[in-house]
Amino acid sequence: MIEKKPTRDAYGEELVELGRENPNIVVLEADISKSTKTCYFAKEFPERFFNVGVAEQNEAMVAAGLASCGLIPFMSTYAVFGSMRCCEQIRTFICYTNLNVKIAVSHGGLTPGSDGVTHQATEDIGVLRSFPNLTIIMPTDFNMTKAAVRAAVNHIGPVYLRFTRDPVPVIYGKDMDFKIGRAIKLKEGKDVTIVSLGDMAWSSLQAAEVLEKDGISAEVIDMPTVKPVDEDAIIISARKTGAVVTIEDHQITGGLGSAVAEVLAENYPVPMKRIGLKNTFAQSGEYELLLKKYGLGIDDIVEASISVIKMKGYRHLTKIGDHRDYESK
Amino acid sequence: MKANNNIVNNKSLDETITYLKDVSRSLRIDVLDMIHNAKSGHPGGSLSSADIVTALYFHFLNIDPKNPRWEGRDRFIMSKGHACPIWYSALAEKGYFPKEELLTLRKIDSILQGHPDMNKTPGIDMTTGSLGNGLGAGVGMALAARVLNKEYFTYVLIGCGEMDEGVLWESAMSASKFHLGSLITILDYNKLQIDGTNDEVMPLEPVVDKWVSFNWHVQRINGHNYHEIISSIETAKKVIDKPSIIVADTIKGKGVSFMENVCDWHGKAPDDKQHADAVKEIKDVKN
Repeated sequence: MIEKKPTRDAYGEELVELGRENPNIVVLEADISKSTKTCYFAKEFPERFFNVGVAEQNEAMVAAGLASCGLIPFMSTYAVFGSMRCCEQIRTFICYTNLNVKIAVSHGGLTPGSDGVTHQATEDIGVLRSFPNLTIIMPTDFNMTKAAVRAAVNHIGPVYLRFTRDPVPVIYGKDMDFKIGRAIKLKEGKDVTIVSLGDMAWSSLQAAEVLEKDGISAEVIDMPTVKPVDEDAIIISARKTGAVVTIEDHQITGGLGSAVAEVLAENYPVPMKRIGLKNTFAQSGEYELLLKKYGLGIDDIVEASISVIKMKGYRHLTKIGDHRDYESK
Repeated sequence: MKANNNIVNNKSLDETITYLKDVSRSLRIDVLDMIHNAKSGHPGGSLSSADIVTALYFHFLNIDPKNPRWEGRDRFIMSKGHACPIWYSALAEKGYFPKEELLTLRKIDSILQGHPDMNKTPGIDMTTGSLGNGLGAGVGMALAARVLNKEYFTYVLIGCGEMDEGVLWESAMSASKFHLGSLITILDYNKLQIDGTNDEVMPLEPVVDKWVSFNWHVQRINGHNYHEIISSIETAKKVIDKPSIIVADTIKGKGVSFMENVCDWHGKAPDDKQHADAVKEIKDVKN
């Protein structure tokens, strides 16, 4: 069994390390420091920790004010609130101003499973991806999270970091090399490319093993930075395999799948399928069971991979639109 | 470096006020010229806050127009960002940029955007325009002073209409939680918003009681009386254990009789004749 750890724990630990190194790092919290793990920073640096209560809009504004004076504020809460409750504050006062605020949020995707839809963040990336100046990262595992939080501090400008509540497989070593905007090829392949976000990388590797048994060679690309997405990695791999599947713990609209589709459509169109929530909200339940129920399981990746491979060269076989006539004026 | 703003005797206070009144007339005329030239903008709120902005920029703020991003400067946030013509006029008068720029207001490629932009206009500490948000940014700036061991004050000008916004009260609570004595808020209380009076759109009273109950130090003044503006800000600067608000009763459109207390002048440009009449009226005022 592979070791599993929540990425929010890595965030909490790394924030303390960074706090020791950099006196300009300050942390804002909205009453859930024990969940987001900013409690570690609060304990060691009480004079640089500000709990603003259950008030995310003000949290974003205070962060903007702190950043305008040269400090590096991390603002933490759950992803669903830290993206959408204070959406316009992020857009106008953090992104338009291009201030050095790090929005570091836990409970990304379906990981707050049993809490239900109110606490699940499944549209956050789609909403935020249209904001100029914003970098969006969902680190894949515990060790990448530490590297990504550090990279966010070294990057001048707003960054959205999305962590998991649940333990997720640790697939990278402690010395992993993370660069913002750079994809990591986890497995070479030639028949299909699977591009994954966050902890979906592990399921993608599992799916690739299943496909291998069927004689299908899948390339697995880990894409922790959704914005700016690694266009080169997508195009180079699509040119080689000729078919692409994306998987993300998010709606299929607006997130990684959309970002990859945009790159392919404009540069190198190939058959493609997006795996994620398909225009539906989920429900309460264990994280792993929710992934299965809503079509984000290993079997779903396998099925989508086989189906895009079948589409290569046979795009004219699609049935969509057959029942409808378009009349020209 | 600390600017010496102490008033040493009544005579110098009178001289100061005469000077501020002169400056405010000139700024008000700039506002009318800018909005007339742009054919859009917000004269009502610019004129109601004109005396407060004048007192801050020409008497209180410890700033250096040659070094707009000086770290030790007092911060000023115009949370009611639509009143920016009066702000731009004050900044130009202080020398942050040439006065000729004023007539580029709202035009393409101008440094003077329709609402304030901290990255385009020298001297602007925070982008504003989306209402209710400036106070939270002010809380951040005041906290930054504490973290960075700086002694600057953070002034935030808010409008009454934006007191409808929930985030403003989140910010109000946090300012008192953190005992931000260096945060001084001034409410330009002209009692009119776009669709009507505060009472018609969203009743705000009792305003003073609201802020008192949020644990703020509260004063109420006439926002067009320089004696009251100056003494209330001096008092607010001495409050160190809690944030201060000065509830300044003002008249929307103050200084131009046909604009005064008329909702319609919230966001409308004067035509040529209205502009000429308005400028003449302000020029004719005797101290």
